[in-house]
Amino acid sequence: MIQKIVSKNFDIADSHTLKVAQANGRYTSLDTLFSMSAKEVVNEVGKSGLRGKGGGGASAGDKWNLIPNPSDKPTYLIINADESEPGTFKDRQILEFDPHLLIEGIICSSYAINAHHAYIYIRGEYVFWAKRMQEAIDEAYAAGILGAKILDHDYALDITLHRGAGAYICGEKTALLESLEGKRGHPRLKPKGKEPEWFYGCPAVVNNVETIASVPYIIKEGYEAYRAFGTKQSPGTMLFGMSGHVEHPGIYEIPFGVGMLDFINQVGKGVKDGRKLKAIIPGGSSCAVLRGDEIEDITLDYESLKQHGSSLGTGGMILMDDTVFMPSVVKNLFEFYHHESCGQCTPCREGVGWSDKLMGKILDGHGTKKDLDTLISLSDVLNGKTICVFAPSVAFIIDSYISKFKDEFYSLVK
Amino acid sequence: MNFEFNEENEKKFNNLLKRYPNKNSLTLPALWMIQYQEGWISQDAMQYLAKRLELSPMDIYSIASFYTMFHLEPVGKYNIQICKTLSCMLRGSENIKHIIENKLGIKAGETTKDMKFTITEVECLGSCGTAPCICINDDYVQNLDEQKVHEILDNLTHEETPK
Ligand code: SF4
Ligand code: FES
Repeated sequence: MIQKIVSKNFDIADSHTLKVAQANGRYTSLDTLFSMSAKEVVNEVGKSGLRGKGGGGASAGDKWNLIPNPSDKPTYLIINADESEPGTFKDRQILEFDPHLLIEGIICSSYAINAHHAYIYIRGEYVFWAKRMQEAIDEAYAAGILGAKILDHDYALDITLHRGAGAYICGEKTALLESLEGKRGHPRLKPKGKEPEWFYGCPAVVNNVETIASVPYIIKEGYEAYRAFGTKQSPGTMLFGMSGHVEHPGIYEIPFGVGMLDFINQVGKGVKDGRKLKAIIPGGSSCAVLRGDEIEDITLDYESLKQHGSSLGTGGMILMDDTVFMPSVVKNLFEFYHHESCGQCTPCREGVGWSDKLMGKILDGHGTKKDLDTLISLSDVLNGKTICVFAPSVAFIIDSYISKFKDEFYSLVK
Repeated sequence: MNFEFNEENEKKFNNLLKRYPNKNSLTLPALWMIQYQEGWISQDAMQYLAKRLELSPMDIYSIASFYTMFHLEPVGKYNIQICKTLSCMLRGSENIKHIIENKLGIKAGETTKDMKFTITEVECLGSCGTAPCICINDDYVQNLDEQKVHEILDNLTHEETPK
């Protein structure tokens, strides 16, 4: 079941140092890379079907194709290392155990979109991981892998590491860009048509760490090798995580399409202390919750989870056993969202706070049926009326938890 | 005005100027430098930074106050950040919080009188697979249980650095 592509070097001692990384295949895709044109690299990645692994799942190749070529302005590659979706802790494994793989991926991807400066935006709390990453960058510069020439090839690239400072919303790509421009991390309005992202008015691509770390394999082995894993629409592999009530929490790389239950039982060794699985959040708190008895036919890919009314998200599953009281879970999540709303849109700023307050009242036993109805109606206020999908995620929480665990919520109100 | 970058930060600041297309991008890195230099970010420091970046002090304040990791007031020598989000909650973060509160005699959000400890409740630290997790200043402490919490706090009370 385990299929190591991105995680191949994770278990090797000192895999984060240049010496060990190089001895284990890092930077070997670069000869192939520089024998190709930028256009060919974009095509190769497009054909591989590589999808963004930060939660959205959009095609990486399509995104890269939006960059004007040639362009009269500089182009930028920006790596989203902000991971802060509850339940998600996969990118930090790459930063910790194989930072040179990320650098190699950045070189490949920058070359493809003709960027000469890439930024890694890392969440503020990841101090240890930022140091690790910076050490790897410094080593790469010293070895002539970054800078004016990349291993004697006629291509210049700089990488700058940029630390966030504690704002969940900066994981949203346009909020991240605002933050990188030195502002409050407020998501931007979506453009009408398809266009690249913009960094100080220059075209930019924002990709997640794991996405970029998947690129060297595709360049070196070819798109067909990547497509040999996974399903037709969700090709390749992904770092899936398990946390909460599971016997062996952790991050494991598997091809898309594996049965969810098999993954939990075989790799995660089942629910903690042999209890019964009551509920599961598939990929971070923004995904609709699933009941334990709903997951039998689910396979771990974008399509299957969508069919079952949820989403794959970041692949970071949170398991809950039969001792868990769902209204407490919802309260916990509301507190998270209440704290993290960027405050830009009124429905979100006020609606999430209101939901949190109502849920607190209900949980404390002071709520009425009317309060619960108000809460349910807030879902409509939050869905589709805001700048970004943060508020709609809260709406999904209201809808999915209350409909699936109705009795528990109604048992609390008079 | 009584804030200025020390020599090391001055050098860092000037190096960073070369690495961005626009100096506005230095806001976050510079606020970090201030916080590491002083332990927190004072109004004087914000005014200083505003001058350096040719922004208004209000711009700097509005940015600094948006990000939860910037301290606009002094905090204890050890800032104990307890993750309270779902994966940590499911693995007992509430209990961990109570132990810490009882031991230090303060509630989350407070600082001890001797300015040694601050307890902060924070949202997901990205350490859900090794929950429950806390972060003391810059260092994560993962897979916590009761015994480990007692050990860590006892060590800190005796001034040793956390592991
Ligand atoms: S939906 Fe919420 S988080 Fe998103 S932009 Fe609006 S206020 Fe900010
Ligand atoms: S929930 Fe505590 S680290 Fe993610």
